[in-house]
Amino acid sequence: MSCEKMESRILSYIDGRLKESERPDVEKHLAACASCQLRVEEFRAVSGLLDELPVIEPSPAFDARVRALVAAEPVKQSWWAWLHVSPRVAFAASMLLLATLWLGFYQRPSTQPLPWNGNSQVADEQMMQDLPVLEDHDVLSNFEPLKELPPPVQADEASDSQQQM
Amino acid sequence: MARTDVQLMLDVKAGDEASFELLLHRYRTPLVNFLYRMVRNREQAEDLAQDVFLRVYRAREDYVPSAKFTTWLFRIATNLALNSVRDNRYQKLEVSIDAPVTMDAEDGDERPLDIPEKHPNIEQHLVEDARKKMIRHAIDKLPEKQRAAVLLHKYQELDYAEIAKILSCSESALKSLLFRAYESLRVELAPLVAMQVKNQG
Repeated sequence: MSCEKMESRILSYIDGRLKESERPDVEKHLAACASCQLRVEEFRAVSGLLDELPVIEPSPAFDARVRALVAAEPVKQSWWAWLHVSPRVAFAASMLLLATLWLGFYQRPSTQPLPWNGNSQVADEQMMQDLPVLEDHDVLSNFEPLKELPPPVQADEASDSQQQM
Repeated sequence: MARTDVQLMLDVKAGDEASFELLLHRYRTPLVNFLYRMVRNREQAEDLAQDVFLRVYRAREDYVPSAKFTTWLFRIATNLALNSVRDNRYQKLEVSIDAPVTMDAEDGDERPLDIPEKHPNIEQHLVEDARKKMIRHAIDKLPEKQRAAVLLHKYQELDYAEIAKILSCSESALKSLLFRAYESLRVELAPLVAMQVKNQG
């Protein structure tokens, strides 16, 4: 191994993170190269000097300031957050929704006017919208050439759709 | 068993404020120290560390544990520190036109010589203090990216892959960065290094 190649391995050799597969080559080079051996010793010394710097403690108000910053943040709640906040409210709301759906489903025939009763404005409007379709139906059902066609032998889906076309 | 950082962060995401407190407690000292060594000003380091925690809190909703928590945390801190160092440098350039530059201007926030009244050996204390000052100045003189690499490697004990991610470089580029930094430190601290080697030998 060359001294140049040692450059990328020397620190991991010192801090003990060198790959086991690389260790024999590094040690072999160090045994033969005085300048790299000296560099290892000096880098170890540098690392030891860096250990001498004292650790500082954050000021006593540090945590309180972080808490204040966080508390000042606008509350962002997702659609599902209310489920976590109040399961009772969520349950009550769900029950209300179910009851509304149930009432709406079962009371619809008696309360909602149907188009075929023809006695309300809504039904009239519905019929006016359906009028072109009804006219088309009349034309097709009275179309002489179609009546002359023989009746279908098998009433499968394909022939049905062909006839309707 | 203590919850991992990722578990805590996922709990913060689910709305558990107490988990955020635990993360704050776990990382406030390493972050403040890292930032202090980066920007050389205690007050500014604390402001930046608070900003880091605020950003972590803001990002909780989108947090996905794709990388190690410390990688993410120190990446935020490093970016803030590098921006701050660059801003400070421009400010200093502007000031230096009018004001004389004192060599120890950065040490203003450093604790004064807190010599205990009954210190057995004041001279020894002064020597130790000068030694620490020398080490600090050697770190300060490193280019900011080299400085960040040394601090993350030495004090946070992050692995090479993590530090490379934090500094947005390859692992081999990081190793070269660290090698150059240690070379500069070796030269800058030559008298102390020689003494250490002599003692070890």
